[in-house]
Amino acid sequence: MRVGLFIPCYIDAFFPEVGIATLQLLERFGIDVAYPLDQTCCGQPMANSGCQKDAAGAEALFVKNFREFDLIVTPSGSCAHHVREHLDAIAQTPEVAKVRGGTYELVEFLHDVVKARDFPWAEFPHKVGLHNACTTLRKLRTAKASEIEEPDFSKPLDLLRKVRGIEFVMPSRPDECCGFGGTFSVFEEPVSAKMGYDKVEDHHRAGAEYIVSADMSCLMHQRGCAERLGLDIRFIHIAQVLNGSRP
Amino acid sequence: MTSRDTILAAVQANQPAPVQLPEIPQFEQSARILVEQFQEALVRMGGKLASFGDGYDLDTLVKSLFPDAKVICSATPEACGTRPLDQNATPASLADVDVAIVRAAFGVAETGSVWLSEDELQVNALAYLAQHLVVLLDPVRIVGNLHDAYSHPRFKTARYAVLVTGPSATADIEGVLIHGAQGVRSLTMLMVPI
Amino acid sequence: MRPVDHAEASSHFIEATAHLEFHDRRLWDLRLKRDREAHGIAEWEELRNLASAIKEHTLSHLADYLEQFEAQAIKNGAHVHWARDASEHNQTVYDILAAHDAKTLVKSKSMLTDECEMRPFLETRGIKVIETDLGERIQQLDDEPPSHIVVPAVHKLRGDVSAVFARTIGSEPGNNDVHYLAEAMRQNTRPYFLRAEAGMTGANFAVAENGSFVVCTNEGNADLSANVPKLHIACIGIEKIIPKIEHLGVFIRMLSRSALGSPITQYTSHFRAPRPGAELHIVLVDNGRTQRLGMPDFWYSLKCIRCGACMNTCPVYRRSGGLSYGATYSGPIGIIMDPVFDIRKYSNLPYASTLNGSCTSVCPVKINIHEQIYKWRQIMTERNQLPLVKKEAIRIIGKVMSEPGLYRAAISATGLAIERLPRFAIYNWLNPWGRQREVPATPKQSFRSWYLENRSRR
Repeated sequence: MRVGLFIPCYIDAFFPEVGIATLQLLERFGIDVAYPLDQTCCGQPMANSGCQKDAAGAEALFVKNFREFDLIVTPSGSCAHHVREHLDAIAQTPEVAKVRGGTYELVEFLHDVVKARDFPWAEFPHKVGLHNACTTLRKLRTAKASEIEEPDFSKPLDLLRKVRGIEFVMPSRPDECCGFGGTFSVFEEPVSAKMGYDKVEDHHRAGAEYIVSADMSCLMHQRGCAERLGLDIRFIHIAQVLNGSRP
Repeated sequence: MTSRDTILAAVQANQPAPVQLPEIPQFEQSARILVEQFQEALVRMGGKLASFGDGYDLDTLVKSLFPDAKVICSATPEACGTRPLDQNATPASLADVDVAIVRAAFGVAETGSVWLSEDELQVNALAYLAQHLVVLLDPVRIVGNLHDAYSHPRFKTARYAVLVTGPSATADIEGVLIHGAQGVRSLTMLMVPI
Repeated sequence: MRPVDHAEASSHFIEATAHLEFHDRRLWDLRLKRDREAHGIAEWEELRNLASAIKEHTLSHLADYLEQFEAQAIKNGAHVHWARDASEHNQTVYDILAAHDAKTLVKSKSMLTDECEMRPFLETRGIKVIETDLGERIQQLDDEPPSHIVVPAVHKLRGDVSAVFARTIGSEPGNNDVHYLAEAMRQNTRPYFLRAEAGMTGANFAVAENGSFVVCTNEGNADLSANVPKLHIACIGIEKIIPKIEHLGVFIRMLSRSALGSPITQYTSHFRAPRPGAELHIVLVDNGRTQRLGMPDFWYSLKCIRCGACMNTCPVYRRSGGLSYGATYSGPIGIIMDPVFDIRKYSNLPYASTLNGSCTSVCPVKINIHEQIYKWRQIMTERNQLPLVKKEAIRIIGKVMSEPGLYRAAISATGLAIERLPRFAIYNWLNPWGRQREVPATPKQSFRSWYLENRSRR
């Protein structure tokens, strides 16, 4: 099984350590993974703005880059969701369908496909607030959302629980949106910032030393808020924790 | 074309492909005793419970619950009140009623609601213009949930039917709970067989 | 006419910190109460499925059910009128009032009448209209629209209400006690109930089976409005129809639990026929509903039972307030309904959302709200309703992302800029991100560079 690694642009540019951790983590499980060098973006920023025509170029390029792989894995829930549910600005050929259907977010890939349940190389003796990004939570359904009446489950927690020394603390509003929302963070900046401030302060009050998430975009926004607030709280991607990062 | 024709034609032209009507299943209900469930729900919604001791008659009991009441009107023949209730009275003439006494047709355990219609009220507005409401309910006439309630045949025949749950309430000002918003300030239940 | 600027309005809302804090806390509390109720009902998700299916079935057979409703209502002795749009609704109501020499109208809450802007229409024609729902009355006296469909004055604190009442109904200035204020309103409204020649209600549900309709209140003001005056006018949107009485079991179980986290409203009132000696007039209203019915992506919004749960859960709504949407219907449901009324005026609303999907998860009738918000953004682009700045920015990003070379150049340029530019050049009015947040630091190399150095066989 050949896996193509898709690294979203903001991770490529600002958080390469997340991409490195993702790659190393997959390699630890013996996955044959490669990173197509000409990749750019899945098309989500344009599509989420309603601009299908402007998303088409990026979407076509995505398919071109990843069509040779059996599966595609990305450390970004919103990108995986976009590819699976909304990559429709281009003609829907069988090749496109294969790429769309074979795209996974990292946690769901590790949990459901690799069935990883142990990370003996990992240790993270810190108080952690887990942040489940809204798309990853409610649309990819990686954990039970607080609104829905169903049995409790959480794929990220299933994985993180196996990390030595980790301790979880719960904020008062565990799955309220943090306010990133892609272009929302720019075009609705007042509400976005307020939501971000509320989120990091909530985690901080709960005693979190680190906020851990499978989505770096949320963490980028939250970190920006926490730094401006001068809050003593750090941010790390789940790939880094599971890969044995010892910050 | 009349407005009616225009609207119906637009609806007909635009309505989506048919979706099937589902069957409402029988839901499993709690095994709790209905009266207890009812009373707990009623109190939660702000209603009060009073008991009918031995040797009491209804009028005496109501007078003892509302010692300052000047005008007491009963829609049920079980009590006299201080003023007879004329079925043909104008609603506005009931504006000075302090306490109204009614007997509910049935109650709903799930919510603590009681069912009243024009038959139980005589004058519908009585239950809203009075300052306080006293409701009699036969405990054997309590159904389990709202599905049971809505299968009651009287919903089909009543001109006006209301499920009353506790007193009038609002929390529109800063979320502070108020009883006696526009309707009755209190609702007192008496579990009395017919 | 400029489109509603939600972001601008929200910045003012956020600046009023005491109001913001209460607003967010109060509505989140309603959301938590809703969760507790839902958790207490084993069949909650099944009820949602049923409610959704009943509504979809009804809307897909709406013409038949409307005719059935009308026939039954007429048999019951009610008068049935049809209004194609807001102005016909207002005229119809006025004509009914005029025919009965009615000069004072008491009414319970009806978003439909707000939607149609009925009050100013009647008032300029000499009808005194008294809102009797406390929240609506506060807003009426303050000459402000309601901000939330269930708790219309939730954006006000007791001091605000006290000031409004002191100014308009003669209550004691500076007396902020909530019990005092509520009692003052009770005393002020009671005479209107007693003297009004006409009363008006909306309807939460209209039952085709027997031509009856249901009004849910906590105050009992609908019952007073309908049962004291001799004339009862009920304004009902055509999407409120449900097939049978038994279906009320599903909807009444869900409505108040979703709205306020209480099992039922204090009063659930069922009107089938007028009182002897009184008259009942029903006005069935379209006003854009048939148009929405014919929109394959958006007709699901007609399932709405006006519970407001989507507003309570929406993190954007709680921090911006209903008035910032500039429409009768605000919050998530407003975003997907309002563009049908005026696409240009409400062209920004679909962007007042993070697409987080909480609204969809709490909706008792399973409207796919966040998906419709997403689709509306596509419509806005197709109908050329995007601001030029945004359109251009997206176009440029789209171009950059479609060519690997351009992308790589942009990444290094951005990285260099952040690394090299002084703080004032990054954090200024041109960069909204930087107003209240720090910009990420630039790493030594991009992931791609690292990969080329450490893994690539190229």
